[in-house]
Amino acid sequence: MEWHQTPGNHALCMRYHSTPAITTSLSSPIKVPPSSCGQEAVGMELETRPETLSIFRTQENDPACQSEQHLGQYYTVPPSHFHTVFPHGLPPRYQQQVKTFNEGCVMVRQPALELISHLKRADYSKPTMRYLLYGVKGSGKTMSLCHTVHYCSTQGWLVLHIPDAHLWVKNCKELLPSSYHASRFDQPIQASNWLRNFRTTNEHFLSKIKLRQRYVWTKRESTEEGRPLGELVDMGVSRVKSSSDVVGAVLKELRLQAGGTEGGFRLAVAVDGVNGLWGRTTLKKEDKSPVAPEELTLVHNLRKMINNDWCGGAVIATLSQTGSLYAPSSAYLPQELLGEEGFDSMDPFVPVPVSLYSEKEFESCYLYYLDRHWLQHPHSRTEEGKKELIFLSNRNPSVLERLCAFL
Amino acid sequence: MAASSGRTVGSFLWKCGNFCFNFNTVSSNLTRQVLSRQLCVSAVFHRKNLAAAGPEKFSEEFIKKQVEEFNIGKRHLANMMGEDPETFTQGDIDRSIAYLFPSGLFDNKAKPLMKHPDEVFPKQRAVQWGADGRPFHFLFYTGKQSYYSLMHDTFTKALAVEKHQDRLRGKGLFTQDAKQISLVGSRWLLKEELEELLVETISDHDYARFIQLMERLLSLPYCSAEEDFVQRYRRQLEIQSSKQQVQPLQYDQHGVAYSTGDGRRKTATGTVLLRDSGSGSISINGTNYVHYFPVLQDREQLMFPLHFMGVLGRFDMQCSVSGGGHSSQAGALRLAISRAMLSFLSEGQVETMRQAGLLTPDPRIKERKKPGQEGARRKFTWKKR
Repeated sequence: MEWHQTPGNHALCMRYHSTPAITTSLSSPIKVPPSSCGQEAVGMELETRPETLSIFRTQENDPACQSEQHLGQYYTVPPSHFHTVFPHGLPPRYQQQVKTFNEGCVMVRQPALELISHLKRADYSKPTMRYLLYGVKGSGKTMSLCHTVHYCSTQGWLVLHIPDAHLWVKNCKELLPSSYHASRFDQPIQASNWLRNFRTTNEHFLSKIKLRQRYVWTKRESTEEGRPLGELVDMGVSRVKSSSDVVGAVLKELRLQAGGTEGGFRLAVAVDGVNGLWGRTTLKKEDKSPVAPEELTLVHNLRKMINNDWCGGAVIATLSQTGSLYAPSSAYLPQELLGEEGFDSMDPFVPVPVSLYSEKEFESCYLYYLDRHWLQHPHSRTEEGKKELIFLSNRNPSVLERLCAFL
Repeated sequence: MAASSGRTVGSFLWKCGNFCFNFNTVSSNLTRQVLSRQLCVSAVFHRKNLAAAGPEKFSEEFIKKQVEEFNIGKRHLANMMGEDPETFTQGDIDRSIAYLFPSGLFDNKAKPLMKHPDEVFPKQRAVQWGADGRPFHFLFYTGKQSYYSLMHDTFTKALAVEKHQDRLRGKGLFTQDAKQISLVGSRWLLKEELEELLVETISDHDYARFIQLMERLLSLPYCSAEEDFVQRYRRQLEIQSSKQQVQPLQYDQHGVAYSTGDGRRKTATGTVLLRDSGSGSISINGTNYVHYFPVLQDREQLMFPLHFMGVLGRFDMQCSVSGGGHSSQAGALRLAISRAMLSFLSEGQVETMRQAGLLTPDPRIKERKKPGQEGARRKFTWKKR
């Protein structure tokens, strides 16, 4: 039993080894993953397959430095980044996987790399570019979005990550009529949740950005010009009733200040399930008539963000059929899911298709699961087992994940 | 008297109003020798227990008359249909009857039939005692005269063979490797078949003793002398796999081999076009199979024939399926895939597939709801009062 500090920002972790000689030979070129408790066999695995580790894992943990040669390989998100960057953005199954494997590994895939290269080369004095990730269900759009968000946060951008726009148009228990605008509705719980997560993500920006306008909330409360943004956000979290308006104010401020020359920062708006903003809602008013999305404050403000009348940032969005309302399950193209209205608002945008796993990607996913001892069944280690997995999942990432869950 | 379930048409042609009834065909209990799937489709199981019929219902003159009537009726029928009476076979008779008397009934046994009286009337024993009341056969008072006489015959033959062997041994010409009777591809008569042959009931114990005695006869090295006798009590087994029709491979314009197959399961029908290009993509009714069958079990059904033969990534498939639910569609496609794959496989592989059950259409259908019950099996709630 030895204590070892692995390269990268990992916390100290224990590892069980059979022979100490292995670590010296393996530690330098190949990154050894931290093992979860009780995995004595990891040491044995490393002995037998030192080469394969390097095929599906990469040392390069910084998304900015990843390139085509890292395609198909897994890089680890440092745990310190994990909770700050992704408090609410990851798909729930992936979060469970992270908890099980004790590490967050993301595969470097073509759509994410493409997006990152666009972001690197974009001109931020022009109106914002909008990027739309689309693909069949379960092909990895949300994960690519999270990858890009990680890149943005490592580059020091301010990230506005809306985990799922569908959450704002359905299953809302409380709908308050808005104080600001008579015909609109507020969603206090969702707004305050989002503000809390926003605060965790962008701690360091909150004190730097100053408000440019005075906001009056009630007769007794107002926020003066020049106060830091953090105060506004705190107020929104504590005063739940006006949290939706706070969200609107935050978005407006960020929009105004994003491209600014003094203390300018880049703003990344990452919206998952953007087709929810233009569809229908399941919410009903008190007289049982349906609520249109425009009548929700949050949706209204978010739509203003997605319009490209501001500069100094980028809008990255994904379509999602899974949470969408009243959309057929076979629809995955932007036109079908966004609808006419949404398409017109998003137009022009850069479409980024997300496809199923290629052979290489499937290979590395399979090796990763094997390495993590996720595939327990002895038959899954054989060639035939692999062929069966390919057939049954048709290389669809989410289907493969669900399939391997019980193997 | 058992109720009738069919009518012979032969005598109907001769005289209106005079028809003979077929016995109710109650299938007898299948013995342990019969496997769960009926391998031998002998007509034995459709007859009632013969010798238990009691005293003769049909006398010999009656049967003879029926045979005459049948033959005359057959000639009349041939004339009616415009065919040659001399070469009118039973198959022709069946077709003509189906044409002249179209029946909307579903049960085959309820439709009109015209067959030779020997097939219609069960075999019955002639009277076994003379005018003075003395029985003809010496074993009559055992109660199972034919069975015991058969046992006696067999044993006599066994003794004769042993005597022959002793003589040869005496002469010094005895060899162990004399010509043996070939028993491959045949099976012993079943108890029901033996009963039909002997026209009397025998018990399981009797049947076991009979088989034991025949085996003993066969164990003697020089039993080939009695081959005819033994073969009378054996039936040939049909080779099941030769019933499969394997269509030859077809090639399209690029030289890629392809074949089609169709399958049915419980009101779902599917067709499959199997191509040998090799990438393992499957499209069903135009959509991807992962989207068409979100349930894992259905995809596993599709995978089974390919995985069994180990050709998972080799074929491209274009399937179309309609009817039924998702499970029956998957089953129909599985059968269609197996049938389409036959053209690509060798004989031995076809046999393994047949034994795996991939080529057998699943006969299960939704059971009919009966009156007085809520469903096919479920009864109404039983109330005590």
